Amino acid sequence: MRHAALALIGIALGGPVRAQTIAITGGTVYPVSGPKLENATVVLRDGKIAAVGTDVPVPDGATRVDAKGRWVTPGLIHLRTTLGIHLLDSGGDEETQEYIREGQVKASFTVADAIDPAIMTIPVARMEGITSAAAVPSEGLIPGQAVLFDLAGDRLEDMLVKGPMAMVADLSESAKKSGGGSRAGAVQRLRRVLRDAREYAERREDFRKAQIQPLAADAEDLEALQPVLGGSVPLYVIANRRSDIENALRIAAEFQLRLAIYGGIEAWQMAPALAAAKVPVILEPLTDSPAFDALGARLDNATLLREAGVTVAAAQTDAAHFRDLRQAAGNQVRNGMSWDDALRTVTLAPAEVALVGARYGSLDAGKVANVVVWSGDPLELSSRVEHLFIRGRAVPLVSRQTELLQRYRKLPPAY
Amino acid sequence: MRSRLFGAALAPALIALSGCAVSHNAPAADSLSVLRPQYPSTYKRRAHPPVLIRNATILTAAGTELTGGSILFADGKVVVVGRDTTVPPGTTVVDGSGKFVTPGLIDTHSHIGVYAAPGTSSLSDGNENTDPVTAQVWAEHSFWPQDPNIPLAIAGGITVIQVLPGSSNLIGGRSATLRLVPARTVQEMKYPGAPYGLKMACGENPKDDEEYPATRMGNVAGYRAAFAEAEQYREKWDDHLEDPGDDRPERDLKLETLAEVLRGRILVHNHCYRADEMAQMLDLGREFGFGIRSFHHAVEAYKIADLLARDGVASSVWFDWWGYKMEALDGIPENAALLQQAGARAIIHSDSPDAIQRLNQDAARAMYAGRQAGIEITRDQAIRWITANPAWALGIDSTTGTLEPGKAADVVVWSGDPFSVYSKPEQVYNEGWLVFDRNDPKRQYRTDFNLGTSAPGVGR
Repeated sequence: MRHAALALIGIALGGPVRAQTIAITGGTVYPVSGPKLENATVVLRDGKIAAVGTDVPVPDGATRVDAKGRWVTPGLIHLRTTLGIHLLDSGGDEETQEYIREGQVKASFTVADAIDPAIMTIPVARMEGITSAAAVPSEGLIPGQAVLFDLAGDRLEDMLVKGPMAMVADLSESAKKSGGGSRAGAVQRLRRVLRDAREYAERREDFRKAQIQPLAADAEDLEALQPVLGGSVPLYVIANRRSDIENALRIAAEFQLRLAIYGGIEAWQMAPALAAAKVPVILEPLTDSPAFDALGARLDNATLLREAGVTVAAAQTDAAHFRDLRQAAGNQVRNGMSWDDALRTVTLAPAEVALVGARYGSLDAGKVANVVVWSGDPLELSSRVEHLFIRGRAVPLVSRQTELLQRYRKLPPAY
Repeated sequence: MRSRLFGAALAPALIALSGCAVSHNAPAADSLSVLRPQYPSTYKRRAHPPVLIRNATILTAAGTELTGGSILFADGKVVVVGRDTTVPPGTTVVDGSGKFVTPGLIDTHSHIGVYAAPGTSSLSDGNENTDPVTAQVWAEHSFWPQDPNIPLAIAGGITVIQVLPGSSNLIGGRSATLRLVPARTVQEMKYPGAPYGLKMACGENPKDDEEYPATRMGNVAGYRAAFAEAEQYREKWDDHLEDPGDDRPERDLKLETLAEVLRGRILVHNHCYRADEMAQMLDLGREFGFGIRSFHHAVEAYKIADLLARDGVASSVWFDWWGYKMEALDGIPENAALLQQAGARAIIHSDSPDAIQRLNQDAARAMYAGRQAGIEITRDQAIRWITANPAWALGIDSTTGTLEPGKAADVVVWSGDPFSVYSKPEQVYNEGWLVFDRNDPKRQYRTDFNLGTSAPGVGR
């Protein structure tokens, strides 16, 4: 226990500790970018993956991690969480809630400045193999900017993967208020905001001199939308009903945006169109209960989308269940998806959707060394994380929950 | 002096539960409403040919894991579980090679039907939060049998649920124990002979900033006041039933339910997260002479597993819900395993139309979390968390919850080990009737609500 606690402090201090060379040997390696490798070695050095293969020598002085009989995969990437910006959300306790800013159009709102790297949910998520997560704002027509970060470190600068990862917009039922009570109003308003952002970019000087009629949002929000109009920052549109997804596709085509769908409960009904438009879907694989936002919910949504060639990233968006990401991925196999595809939905696919596929999501030399050693099949309920590396450093597998277990495993507890 | 025995013999709930044939429209001016049948079950077992599943791995939930086993059931009852079984004429034989067989799963905590999909506010029928104590309301009177979550839960292997009122007030009302079968009315689903439950709630949910009770001490004062009143009501009615005079006590539906708790005929199901509050509730029960049948959610049950074992109280818990509110901050995945280790009765419950579809997976994760902490738990023990133990908590363990001769043929055939994420129910039998078959679309019913929508049913 004491060792674990000290190690945790080590991680918390982060920063200047020099990353060592680590060789994970003897495991069955699933690089995701290629076929599995039996009895392979993965070398981590200076925070990056230095080598992966069956004939890779262990460098002198490397710390060996014996992975014989173990499965080695990239760290899991979760694209829709409130990790770092949220803990309690009921009972009126708002002390830890940072993911909502009032208003409807908040393109300039980034949750990055609110992320608390010391929040107690992060170690719990890590213990399920999640190494990177997006903190995502919600509520309003444009809730704000989502940020992708690695789940170890004590300053966001040492953790940031991509910020902004995406601009988030909402065309689902929850956005009706932004449109005066109708979905059509929300669509109309989003179009107007995007049009005005374009106009603003062309007439900044006129805007400053007030020689332009009032625009649909504040200057800072219109400014924040420029990378979205330029295509460097994707627009993630929350849409579940088929007609809402169609609206998102129309708007993306009109403004030539880089689009991804958040939710996509009825996306299976238009899989070919999404594949043709190369629009990925970040979905919850366990959603099948019908609501008027999307009556056509089904458990094999992800499978049908993959079969049509759509890029699918899996997510578990309920705050009490971020840790269940791999269970959700495993259920995709239960519901018809291939195992390889299912692992991809929580590794390389989300990395690609977040436009960090060149740095994250697979075990390839040169990529960031986020690596998990599992006791067995990572999608199976019986498996657990045995070793976890974030940016090439071993992260101790301890959390508030493991400390509670230690305290109460014999009753009465010895305080 | 009131005779407890006599009071029991004439108590209204017994008649409500008897399920005896009655002419529903017949006037009975000579009897009191309290003595007449009250919303009796009209559930009828569906006929189905005898079924023999052979060469399967059978988890009986009664202490046995049988490989290469056979189970024969007929007329709604388990006939034999073993290795060699003769096949009576007319029996449907199911090849169980590679498959697992378990009892039907039982969820002690569901709001299906009272918070029905599609989740509109007009279907919000689970919390009669108009007073701190609403013991007079019955969940079955809110239940909508066309909730499209019902077939989804059946496809997850669920055969029986307890539908509870919500936790917005101290005493939320009566629960109902239902067989999960297609039906037009809730009466057609009511489990014959099942006792009612009473939903009580501790902690954050029932207290209110502005109104009574505003604090946890207000909560406890509220329960005590209600049961103190019920104590007197019970005595008045028991005396009256023993020796009917001219002065018939007024009927009070709220106190009638609470009096039935004091008579031990309604089981208390108590939403309670924190260990210290559960200990208070055990004392409340001692003060008024009733037991808590099961705590629900009970995320801190592991902290007082010894007390719960001592008092014989079950704990209906999740695998790992935690952290979404202050009183849920100390949830850990080993909760169920630590309870089992202490000799307390552990149950995995859902409280969710999503989780109820994969109750086996939550039991699996709780089992593996325990094993990883060094607590030995067999598959047969873990399957009890979602079969035999919830049957006990609902007071129906003499008729279901295990695969033993004479028990109801509530049976799930799994494609593989139910503790694997990849396994799914292939067939679900509810009292011997094949209510769901993954390979036969005709055995995958859709509710009225699903008709005319693109909702495809259970799919692959």
